[in-house]
This record gives sequence, structure tokens and C-alpha cells, in this order.
Amino acid sequence: MIEVKNIEKSFNGNKILKGISTVFETGKTNLIIGQSGSGKTVLLKSLLGIHTPESGTISFDGRIYSELNPDEKRELRTEIGMVFQGSALFDSMTVAENVGFPLRMFTKDNNKKIQERVDFVLKRVALTDAHKKLPSEISGGMQKRVAIARAIVNNPKYLFCDEPNSGLDPNTAILIDNLIKEITEEYNITTVINTHDMNSVMEIGEKILFLKDGLKAWEGNKDEIFRTDNEAVVAFVYSSNLFKKVREAYLKE
Amino acid sequence: MLIRYITQIGRYFLMLKEIFNKQTKWSVMKNLIFKEIDDLVIGSLGIVAFISFFVGGVVAIQTALNLTNPLIPKYLIGFATRQSVILEFAPTFISVIMAGKMGSFITSSIGTMRVTEQIDALEVMGVNSLNYLVFPKIIALLLYPFLIGIAMFLGVLGGWMAGVYGGFISSAEFINGTQMDFIPFHIAYAFIKTLIFAMLLATIPSFHGYYMKGGALEVGKASTVSFVWTSVSIILFNYILTQLLLGS
Repeated sequence: MIEVKNIEKSFNGNKILKGISTVFETGKTNLIIGQSGSGKTVLLKSLLGIHTPESGTISFDGRIYSELNPDEKRELRTEIGMVFQGSALFDSMTVAENVGFPLRMFTKDNNKKIQERVDFVLKRVALTDAHKKLPSEISGGMQKRVAIARAIVNNPKYLFCDEPNSGLDPNTAILIDNLIKEITEEYNITTVINTHDMNSVMEIGEKILFLKDGLKAWEGNKDEIFRTDNEAVVAFVYSSNLFKKVREAYLKE
Repeated sequence: MLIRYITQIGRYFLMLKEIFNKQTKWSVMKNLIFKEIDDLVIGSLGIVAFISFFVGGVVAIQTALNLTNPLIPKYLIGFATRQSVILEFAPTFISVIMAGKMGSFITSSIGTMRVTEQIDALEVMGVNSLNYLVFPKIIALLLYPFLIGIAMFLGVLGGWMAGVYGGFISSAEFINGTQMDFIPFHIAYAFIKTLIFAMLLATIPSFHGYYMKGGALEVGKASTVSFVWTSVSIILFNYILTQLLLGS
């Protein structure tokens, strides 16, 4: 469980996060949604320790991040898996080397054991014939799957995904969503996803945090989001006619 | 403006400190060092050899063409070539050229990793990204004096070939000139400079790549800025080291 208490973050005097508090639960897919500039990425990067909030606390199963020493912070980070928006695979490494990287860095496993684990997670993300390919030689959807495999190879307790569906076709986007949800349940990890994709919200949003202008404007789950009359949420989520009709159909049922 | 420069210099020294913190596992690091030796040192051999050989030749020809007084002995062509190549051309000017070749490679490769969030990925995993990216470059460039040694040899060889086969001087006179008033400390001076320049070549371009912000265009700008600052630092340190080591 990740608990966020009243965090604030500014850049050049411009306050981006204005005192956000929430809880991201274990074994669930927690989604952060909101318009561009609402503070989603800053919140995610603050959770990851890339940005340091000016006030407030972030605790990982009771461990308050700002109170940890540098070694403890690095130790905690080895429990984190991250899927970046652009996948952030290492260009000079093959798919198998990318996936095995956290194991080579942080475990004493021999090459055979690392290879077995790499084979296992690549099979888990349905990539069995791309081991020796470079990231530039595979499609965007495959890159995302490699990024997910790299993020889970070390059995993380926390999985963060920044726009995992961006730039993907609808079929691949659904595959990636389902994969993340299955992995979250299978390994009982705390997953936090930053997304713009309303399909993801409706499909896998077990907990949804809606941000507006750096503030928590609403939180709930995928069922509650259909019934909410929060104007900001309705204006954002149901901005397209398709989703308006989906909502109407849901409410009629 | 001044405050910005001082801030940047402070940040550079903080980066140097961080590079030596939390070392990467040796089994991973040794592969990174070999890769950097291949990219930075072995990969520069060709251009260094080519430039050194021909510039050595030009130094010999220019000296020969300017020695018009019959009272000045011809072996001074060999002497001038040796002194120019060993004292300045090989350590300093090859380093300025390497600020362009190695420096832009280092800045653009680290800068691209920054832009594509690969550095963030390293940090999120708990890797000390500065140690992982910059430390192997520093260790690889400990072999940089080897490159400069080759530049010295080929520069003098180029001078000898241009002088002898151009008909400016006999082989014996040239060799006599290269051996005349030889001070072994000059070689030590050149290699001390080279080691300092190697440190600058590894760290200044890394600094500009690591702390860059923006996209692809900014990677290009960072490479240019890195070349300018690395060259300026090399020239400045060349002056200071010459004053300290030879000036007294």
C-alpha cells in the first residue's frame, strides 16, 4: 500500500501539486487521470522519488520515503518496477539484456538462472521470439511488453506505469491493460497507472484518482465513475459522444 | 550570469562526488569499461593517427621553408618538429580535437538517454546512474595517454618522412635534431597534461549530457556547448599546467 499525505510540489514558483492525499491499495490497479497539466506525471514522479515534494509524505507500506537514508531509498527502489511512457528500454541492449538488467545489477544469480527468469517473464508477456532483437527492431506494442517484463522481472512490490497505452492501437492497448491487471492480481502488487485512456478507466480502474489543477477533484472506482455527478469528472471522462452513450446505457441498466 | 556559471561549476563538482558513490557491481562494470575503451580509445585511433602523421609533416615542411638563413643548421627542423609535437600538438591539440569527437559522442549518447527517460529508468531501479554512465568513461580514458603516445610517435614520423622525402633535410640530420637537447621531463610533462585532459574529456561532456533538458534539438545544442566548454577548459588547464610544470 502506498499512502500519500498532503504533498505539494512547485516548479519555478508555479505550484503543480496542491496538497494531494490518497491511498493506493495493494493488489489493485490504481489509476491517476486528469487533463494535461493537471499534475499526473508530477505526482507519479514524486511517488518514484524522481521529484522531491516540498511538503507532505509518501509512505510505502509504512516506510516514509523522505525519512529513509540514501541506501534505504536505493533498497526501496529495487522493489519498484516502472513502465515509462516511451518504454525507456536501453538502446544498446537486446530485449533479453534489457529484461535481465535488474537481475544482473541487484542479484547474485548466475547467467543460467537469469536466463531462465528472463525466458519466464518474456513468455508471461507473450514475447517468445524477440530475445536477441534490439528495441529499435520491434514494434511499439512489443516495446511496451518488454518494458513490463523488465518491470516485473525482479518481483517488485510496486508497479508504476506512465501512459502505458499511448501510441498503441486499440487492440494492443487492451492487451497491455489486461496484462497489467493480471500481473497485479497474480503477484499481489500495488500498481499505479497514469493514463489518458478512458478505455483503461472503464476496463481496469479498480481505484481512480482524478486530478484537476493540482488538486484531488474526485476518487472512486470504475462503477462509481458512471454514476458520479461531479461536473469536472463528467466533463473530462464523457467528453466524447461514444462515452456519453456508454454512460447512458450503463445508467439505464 | 556569473551566478549561473558558479552554480554550474558547483553542480559539476557535486557530480564528480556522486560518480564515485555507490559503485556498480564489478561484473557489470568491467563490461562497461571494455565497451568504453572500444568506443572512446580504440575508436579514436584512426583519426588520431591520420591527423598526427600529416600535421607532423606540415610542421617539418613549414619549419624547413622558414629556415632561409644558411647559418641556421638544418637539424633544427627535426628539433622543432619534436618539440612542437611532443609539447603541444599531441597532448593539447589532439585533446581539443577529441573534445569534438569523443565529447560530442559522450554528450549526445548520455543526452539521448536523458531525453528518452533511460536515465530515469536507471534511477528508479536504484542504480547510481552517474556511476554507471560516467565512471567507466573515466577509467577507459586512463588509456588516453597511450593514444597520445601514438600521436607523438606518428607526428615525429610524419615530420621525418615529409622532411626527408620532400628533399628538405637528410635522414641523419633530422634524427640528430630530434635527439638534440632532449629533456626527458618534457615527456612526463606531456603525459601529466594528458591525464588531466582525459579527466576533463570524460567528465565535462558527461555533465552537459546528464543535466540537459528538452528534446532532440537540445541534445544537439548540448553537444555544441559541451565542445566549447571542454576546449576552453583544456586550453585553460594547458596554460596553468605549463606555468606550474615548466614555468619555474
